[in-house]
This record gives sequence, C-alpha cells and structure tokens, in this order.
Amino acid sequence: MSLLSVRDLVVKFAMRKQTITALNQISFELARGERLGIVGESGAGKSITGFSILNLISQPGYIASGNILFEGQDMATMSAADLRTIRGNRIAMIFQDPMVTLNPVLTIGQQMVETLQAHRNLSRADAEKIAIIKLREVYIPAPEDRLKQYPHELSGGMRQRIIIAIALLLDPQLIIADEPTTALDVTIQADIMELLLDLCQSNKVSLILITHDLGVVSQMTEKTLVMYAGKIIEAGPTREIVNDPQHPYTQGLIKALPQQTAPGERLSQIPGNMPPLSDVPDGCAFHPRCEYATDLCRSTTPEIEDLGRVKVACHEVQRLNQRATPKEDSA
Amino acid sequence: MKDDVLAPNLIEMKNLEKRFALDDGFLETVKIRKGRIVREKREVHAVNNVNLTIQKGEALCVVGESGCGKSTLARLVAGLLTPSNGEIHYEGTRIDTLSGRKMLPYRKKMQMIFQNPYASLNARMTICQALEEPVRVHNAGISGAEVRDKVAEVMRSVGVDPSWASRYPHEFSGGQRQRIAIARALTVDPEFMIADEPISALDVSIQAQVLNLMLEAKEQRGLTYLFITHDLSVVQHFGTRVAVFYLGSLCELADTATLFANPKHPYTKALLSAVPQLKDDSPQHIRLKGEIPTPINLPIGCPFQSRCAQANARCLAEQPVSMLQPDGALVACHAVEEGRE
Repeated sequence: MSLLSVRDLVVKFAMRKQTITALNQISFELARGERLGIVGESGAGKSITGFSILNLISQPGYIASGNILFEGQDMATMSAADLRTIRGNRIAMIFQDPMVTLNPVLTIGQQMVETLQAHRNLSRADAEKIAIIKLREVYIPAPEDRLKQYPHELSGGMRQRIIIAIALLLDPQLIIADEPTTALDVTIQADIMELLLDLCQSNKVSLILITHDLGVVSQMTEKTLVMYAGKIIEAGPTREIVNDPQHPYTQGLIKALPQQTAPGERLSQIPGNMPPLSDVPDGCAFHPRCEYATDLCRSTTPEIEDLGRVKVACHEVQRLNQRATPKEDSA
Repeated sequence: MKDDVLAPNLIEMKNLEKRFALDDGFLETVKIRKGRIVREKREVHAVNNVNLTIQKGEALCVVGESGCGKSTLARLVAGLLTPSNGEIHYEGTRIDTLSGRKMLPYRKKMQMIFQNPYASLNARMTICQALEEPVRVHNAGISGAEVRDKVAEVMRSVGVDPSWASRYPHEFSGGQRQRIAIARALTVDPEFMIADEPISALDVSIQAQVLNLMLEAKEQRGLTYLFITHDLSVVQHFGTRVAVFYLGSLCELADTATLFANPKHPYTKALLSAVPQLKDDSPQHIRLKGEIPTPINLPIGCPFQSRCAQANARCLAEQPVSMLQPDGALVACHAVEEGRE
C-alpha cells in the first residue's frame, strides 16, 4: 500500500464574485521512502497541493471533493483532533522562508521542546536530549548552546537547518518541503539539499519537494508532477521528464533554461503568461501559449493519459510523438 | 585582460570602496568596554578596494551570494551611492564627484533596471506617464508629439502594445512590468545599462522572455551591460566577462568561457559546483565550511580564509591581490599564486 494516495482532489476558493478552482482533479500516489517533486510556475497550485495534504486549506478555500489517504486514513474528512495527531508528527512541513517560520520570541530550545511535548509524554530534560541529537544530525555546531539562542541570532542557512531538525523531531513518515531553499544562496542551498536527501534516504522518509527549480527536482527526486493552472499536466519518473518531456509546456520550461542554449543565442521562450486561476481558458488551459494547439485543444479539456513511461494531459502528444519517433530510433 | 585592450573602457573603477556607518550620531558611538567609556564606530564594509573596468559593448556579470556587495557596486556605478573611497570614471571623466546638474548628461547615458518590477514602477502613474517622464527630463524643449512617438516606438520594441499606455502598473503581470521597466530605461537611448537581478523575481518561462529582450536590445542598440545576478546559468548565457565577488572583494575576473571551463579561485570552484544541474546525476558538490562572515569586522588577510580548505598562515595575515593568470583570468588568491593544491 502506498503511504499517501491523493485521489481526484478538487480545492476551491469561494470569492465574492465567483468560485475559483485552485486544484482540479489532482491524483497521485507516493510510496514509503519515495521522493516526489512538484514543479510549476507561481500560481500553478503547487503550494496549495502541499497545504491540502495536511488539510491546512483555510477560508475561503475548501476541499470540494476527492480523498487524501495517508496510511489509509482520509485527511480530507478527519476531525480536527485526529488531524493534530498527524500534523507535525507523522507528516512534517518545511516552509520557504526560514526568517518567518520560527517564532522570534521563543528560543530554539523552547520551540523544539514544545513540539516534542505536544505529541509525546516527555519531561523537559528528555525532550532537550532528543532536540540536541536532532540538531547534531543536521550538522549544527555546538547544539547545546543553540537551544538557548533566539532565531535572530542565527543565519538563514542555520535557521533552515533548525527547521529541518524540528521537522525530523518526531520521526515523520513524510516531509513536505515547500520551496525550502528559494530564500537561500546557492552554496547554502546545495548544503541543505544534500542534507535533506541524506536524511530522507537514511531514515526512509518520503519527501514531497515543491519547487520551481527543475535543476533541484532533477537532483533530489525520483518522481515528478508538473502542474499548470491547477492541474497536473505531466507526471512520471523524474529522469524521463527531464530527459524527454512530452507535454509542450514541460518541453518549453526545460528549453527556456539558459543552460539548454548556447551562450549568446536566443533562449527558446513560451509566449505569454500562465492564466490567473479566476480566468482559465476553455479546453486545455495551455492552448493560448501552445504552438501545436488545434480546435480540439480550444474546446475540450484533455484528460491525463498513461503513455507507459509517463502520464500526460495533452490531445496532441500522440501526434507529436509520431513526428519525433525517427529521432528516438536513432538515439 | 587578454589582448583585446583595444576596446575602449566605458567605466573604470579605481580602488572603489563603500562603507556604511552602523552607528550614526555621537550617542550611538559611545560604548562601555571593560568598564571604560569609549567611542567606537562600527561600519559595514560593503565594497572593498575594487578595481574593475567595463569595456564598450561587453556584458560584465557580477556574481556572488547575498551580502557580497554586488548591488552596492551597481548603485555606486549608477551614482545612486557615493563611494567612501576611490574613483569612478566614465569614458575618462570622473563622475563620482560631479554635482547633480553636471551628472545629468551621464544619467541619460546610463540607466538602471531593478530587481522587483512590483516596486520599481510608480503605482500612481500610468505606463504612459512613467515612460514619458524620463524623455521630458532628459530632452529639454522636446515637443509632445515627439515624446509620444518615442514612447510608442520603445514600447513596440519591448513587445508592449502602445495601446496599453493609459493603464496602471497593477494591471500588468510581473514579466510585463519588467518589460515596461526596461522600456523606461530605453526611452532615453542609453549606452550603458545597469541591471540589478532583473529576472530573479520572475518565473522560469518569463525569465527567458526578459533575457531575450535584453539580448536583443544589446545587439540592436550596441548596449553595454553591468549585470548583477546570483544565477550562474544566466551568467554563462548572457555575460562576456564575469566578476566573482565575495564579502565585498573581487575574487576572480575572467572571460565567461574561461571561468566556467577553468575556475581557479577556491570560492569560484565551490560556487560553480553548487549549481543544481538538470542532466548530471552525480554532482561533485564542494562543501564549504561555515557561512559567510559578517562584513562588519572584516578579517585581516583573505576574506575567504574562514571557509577555504587551502587557507594557511599567509592567507590569515596578508590580503591577496589580483594576479593575472596565463589564460587571462585575474585571481586574488595566495593558493593559486603559489600553486598549492
């Protein structure tokens, strides 16, 4: 049985004038110890997906339909008390900005002990011992001293390590990391990602990594979901998606990266912008930006189809593939 | 640099330094140390003794991590900050000491693009007003029709429909706003553009659009760029030369191809190894120890000493100077100079 199974999840936001569908029929599975990347541009619904797994969608948003089965229990219909036993305990979340995730008026020690005591019946001294062990796991120098420090006394990279340590405190089965290194520098990002990967592998923890950076996803994950305007448009093994993207949007995203083009040459660009969720066009949401769009794309929304190696939601993908077949044979 | 010294220098920075006082005013400088009252001024050393030239027609990229002084450098060159020490020359004329009025013709020649297009456009001005203003300021006595023609021409050249001119910035997406910000810089026909992280606030597919636009402007108008960024893949694509900064000092300066093929400074090597690659499955990431020290009390000697695997006694005592390498790169490192590996 998979650890997490999201089935036909629909999340809506009831705004004054209209109801916006932020997530439209999202389905995916995550096995124990598996690492999944969710990529897409801002507003594609990646973060909402992360939040809704923990049932953290708040007013005016709501889960309209679908199931979120974590170890067989449905998070979408669970009581608040039951949710509390899972949040932070069996599923931990790491947020983007380490400057605002930690409480500025509590010491690191207080925040770690609080987390432990909320879920386990532990004395303060025992909780601190566990906290020190976890801080050591994330390579924090002099962890005993850190417990007495406040967040502002630490650098961004150090804070993000502490947040990872807090996430690991209760030995969760799943970590959801929402753009965990976007606010950090490249050298620090590389350290944090290496650390996260090591910890997930050695503790057999599953990871959902939400990011806009295809390079990071390629280094960190085994499976990838590509999201566009609230829908999954391509899903499959990360290697397949990075090396041979099928959906025109994924192809465009990868081709637009500067490292894919010779220096000084024009980058291949996707025209236009992603539509706001309040104004998603009829048919395929990507059709106004797609060079292969047909009348069918403009009128009918494509369903996600299993092509064997990957799943793709595109009417034209079969035809595009036929055209590309001779190339694949030679390769 | 190499033997292409024939290209004239557009900008020359000599021993450029910028310090920001942390303790302003008399009372803030009074401190108690070991039971005695002393006066002490703390300063942030943002840019330290930088010598750099920008040649006509090139795109010089400045890379480094946050707090390394790269944005301060851009603002110094643009004349938005006054250097604490050192000189800035524009085609041979010293510009850092010019009065506001005398600086005006140079402001027309150099324009700046900022990181956040949500903050850099005035929310209360229509696009048309925002774009016309610089044209009027820099071309005294120009007629209204000429201004409108100029603005419409520039808007078309950056792919913004001139019929949108009466709209306000909030009606546009981030990518469109950055195009408008670029258009605003282009309205006065500058020859030198300073771009401070112009694409880091944008989504991947939009980044490509804006980068292409900047490349186009470079080719069509013969622009020279000073491009500030932390994104090395953009540097490799856009830059002709790269300057790597660490803690306010220049570590390495080289042609883009040379730098990426053969980085020499230990910090450059670590920085390049940290970029997540799309295809490569096994990255050889060089782990740096510790984190960037604060620029308030700079260490004596090499600024990179605390994180460098090759640091020795000399690095702790003596600040390295930039040395020309056989392939044309300038590297400030004792280890490279001595051939330590």
